[in-house]
Amino acid sequence: MPIKLPSFRPRKDAYPADLWTKCPSCSEMLFNKQLDKADRVCPTCGHHFRLSAEARIALLVDERSFIEADAGLQSVDALGFVDQKPYPDRIAAAQLATGMRDAAIRGTASIDGHRVSMCVMDFAFMGGSMGAVVGEKVTRAAEQALLERIPLIIVSASGGARMQEGTFALMQLAKTVGALERLRVAGVPFISVMSDPTTGGVFASYAVLGDVNIAEPNALIGFAGARVSAGTIAQELPPGFQRSEFLFEHGFVDRVVTRRALRGEIAQLLRYLVPSPNHPAPIEGRSLFDPIGFLTSLADKVVPDMGLSDETAPRPGEGLSAAVPPARAADREATRG
Amino acid sequence: MVDRLLGRHPAEEPAVPEDAKAQMWNRVQLARNVRRPRTLDLLAEMADEIVEIHGDRAFGDDAAMACGFARIDGRRVVFVGQQKGADTDENVRRNFGMPHPEGYRKAIRAMELAERFGLPVVTFVDVPGAHPGPESEERGIAEAIARSIGTMTRLRTPIISIITGEGGSGGAIAIAVGDVVIALENAVYAVISPEGCAAILWRTSDEAATAALAMRMSAHDQLELGVVDRVVAEPGEGAHADHAETARRLRAVIVAELDRLAPIPSDELLAARYRRYRAFGAYTEVTTPPVTPPPPRGLVDRVRDLLDPTRWLTGPSTSGSSSHDDPPAREEA
Repeated sequence: MPIKLPSFRPRKDAYPADLWTKCPSCSEMLFNKQLDKADRVCPTCGHHFRLSAEARIALLVDERSFIEADAGLQSVDALGFVDQKPYPDRIAAAQLATGMRDAAIRGTASIDGHRVSMCVMDFAFMGGSMGAVVGEKVTRAAEQALLERIPLIIVSASGGARMQEGTFALMQLAKTVGALERLRVAGVPFISVMSDPTTGGVFASYAVLGDVNIAEPNALIGFAGARVSAGTIAQELPPGFQRSEFLFEHGFVDRVVTRRALRGEIAQLLRYLVPSPNHPAPIEGRSLFDPIGFLTSLADKVVPDMGLSDETAPRPGEGLSAAVPPARAADREATRG
Repeated sequence: MVDRLLGRHPAEEPAVPEDAKAQMWNRVQLARNVRRPRTLDLLAEMADEIVEIHGDRAFGDDAAMACGFARIDGRRVVFVGQQKGADTDENVRRNFGMPHPEGYRKAIRAMELAERFGLPVVTFVDVPGAHPGPESEERGIAEAIARSIGTMTRLRTPIISIITGEGGSGGAIAIAVGDVVIALENAVYAVISPEGCAAILWRTSDEAATAALAMRMSAHDQLELGVVDRVVAEPGEGAHADHAETARRLRAVIVAELDRLAPIPSDELLAARYRRYRAFGAYTEVTTPPVTPPPPRGLVDRVRDLLDPTRWLTGPSTSGSSSHDDPPAREEA
């Protein structure tokens, strides 16, 4: 990299990337602090940049009403997955870069005075990919919504399932959708907000299943990556393919809403989507907190008649591998068996 | 530990990585073998009769998805399964076993019929992936898959899912949310195709075999991970060598599972199914304070850099900061 001598002439290509961002839509150079102040929407053309989960929560909820839950959840490398670097290293790097433990934050908040259960994803953490932690947080958010009979709001920003967790990531589709089905039966509303991008396994599970689906303008929303589509079928993709407006046109998004109007729209919907009082209470008094889910599934096979009540109690030998930090090789061995 | 829990021997594990890679890739090839028995082939061998049903009642009929009624050893079931073709002509007609949304909506229809008329569901999973084209997206492939998963999570009748060939991602799980999941020995099950995984993580699809191994996509791996409950051995060189024997072995397992699941009250069945899928995924809960990212470099740091005398001494290789090239949080792809 050549030495950059201090220069006082504003040359656009020399703007440092951590102070300025170039709008990909109108090519305007935007000062980051101003962009943040405008909720990361280009003031010139209205392009919606990606928003961190933290900023998203601040944007949507009543001031200081958000109470985070399950902040300590962290993925375990159950497969011993190594691509160009080991999965635990990737997690550690993503944690350092974002300050988050995984790609979603969940908790409760109030929006215009309505108490809601919320889960918000962040694309900056490994492409917002859904592994065990994202799946667990979405599921717990749904279970809390069911238990308290309060609306559920999920804001998606994800490239899809997390490959490093293999079929466990795929099973999160069934896990999250299963929890949403219970909400549907119990008459508890779910608003899905899709931001750029919402694709793959996240779109094909909870994101598409909102009682009302909201999308931010021009967000990439689709099942298969555009390259996969083009490669598999060898045909030209139509303009605007897999964008919010395309989804709207084809009837899979109820409203395309700008970021500025998002909070107001959600608050408005919450006045209509009130959890119905006529439905029976949730059938099962199952504990929300199941700290060692993965091992429980294995134990299920060994102890066929495992009652609901002792599910949270770790059996001898189980606690060990689940409780220690995942970053050490020995623990990966233990989890792998 | 997993081995011990399942009463398996660690010695069965392949020891040499290269061998393991070749062995895994061989399985992927077997799972994709064009002569492998498909849903309707297996049913033709194992069922006393088959009545196929067609159409999603909204758009059309998808030949890549076969649904209907069958009688297996005297037991009436609803079957659902992807159907690849046996030759090029049939594959074109059946879209290489890649269903469109109408295929999954037909599956939903069939499963709801099963619930209404008290019939158990048997699903046969053999799919490279759901069809990824524009028409598939226009008609809502993601919505169809999500609804199909949702239907299965609340269906008040037993569901047996069998991975017979390729268990390809969302297109597979859409019909694989079973009370029990069975796999043929050379079947594979993964969150993404090994080629796709390699293209993203290794930046070349040549590493597909490495990716397949890393994802542990073989039936035996999935058994160890608990995603699959039973693996059924294939005859001879593989299922393609002997359709009748493969079907005979599968039938015995299906019949046993049907009889085991039949007396379970539907509330219990549903609760157990929810618990099963609820438990997947490995995570831990830590209490140490979250990591804090380094503070963003502001104007002040920048000026300090300029004034820093070491900048002028050490030369270009160490000057400035890496954030010029790599501003991760700011990047807009």
